[in-house]
Amino acid sequence: MNTWFSQLKYLLAGTIFGILLVKAEVISWFRIQEMFRLQSFHMYGVIGTAVIVGMLSVWLIKKFNIKTMDGETVVIHPKKFNKGQIYGGLIFGLGWAITGACPGPLFAQIGVGATVVAVTLLSAIAGTWVYGRFRDQLPH
Amino acid sequence: MTILEFLQQPWPWYVAGPLIGLTVPALLLLGNKSFGISSSLRHICAACVPAKVPFFHYDWKKEAWNLFFVGGILLGGIIAGNLLSSPEPVAVNPKLVTTLAQYGITDFHSLVPGQLFNWPALLSVRGLVMMIGGGFLVGFGTRYAGGCTSGHAIMGLSTLQWPSLVATICFMIGGFFMANLVLPFILSL
Repeated sequence: MNTWFSQLKYLLAGTIFGILLVKAEVISWFRIQEMFRLQSFHMYGVIGTAVIVGMLSVWLIKKFNIKTMDGETVVIHPKKFNKGQIYGGLIFGLGWAITGACPGPLFAQIGVGATVVAVTLLSAIAGTWVYGRFRDQLPH
Repeated sequence: MTILEFLQQPWPWYVAGPLIGLTVPALLLLGNKSFGISSSLRHICAACVPAKVPFFHYDWKKEAWNLFFVGGILLGGIIAGNLLSSPEPVAVNPKLVTTLAQYGITDFHSLVPGQLFNWPALLSVRGLVMMIGGGFLVGFGTRYAGGCTSGHAIMGLSTLQWPSLVATICFMIGGFFMANLVLPFILSL
């Protein structure tokens, strides 16, 4: 099931998600500034309702044991706590407020025509690489 | 008002938020995939520059769906930006408008402010710090935290995982600190 064709559904899901990010203005640097300055409810509303709908969906999937398209049981991987969620979380927060983008919006920002964000994305990839390289020396 | 004009307006949070939330069950039911975007950056490292770093030696092709998903986000951006974009400037809180004017940011016509993020700005200190520095922090921080807004804040909280709540709170603390205490200095560079 790992054929190129079977991956097209994820391309389509990503496309819809990308349109949503743009139309919700989640990819806007201005909206992110408003969020961190408590000047607008918009972002809190978007993330809050997304979480509520996500929670309800997962609850329904479990409650009625809804299977995947291929008939598999849905598996949710538990996340283990480590200090990286604190240090990394704080570092990502700093970057989020500067660029006005988390990883998903970086791709969408390039799509809407801010081509220079490709440089920001490359730098984010470099950041991920540096983390991987020095992972053993960092507190977790 | 035509349907196109209707779609071209910015969508309110109570429409867009729930639709974004539906990505969680959509990916679970399409193929048992956990919603999360920052992993794509790791897969790109693993595919292009694994070097001798053990963290990048795994079968990234098994996770290729994630790359198709972010490819879709790019495509969605192109579609929304070209066919569904609003002709009106972004409606920004007047307080923010006043603050940003001090730093010469006066154009609100695009979601990504062109006065901050543009190619020539890469040669300025402010542009370098914001684009190269900011991007680096996003990539480093999300991988260190094991996820970003999608993987922790949306997927993690949807599945009631407390480590994701810790991560989300830290995202917000980092963002509040930067936007209010450090960014004013960076913007004035």
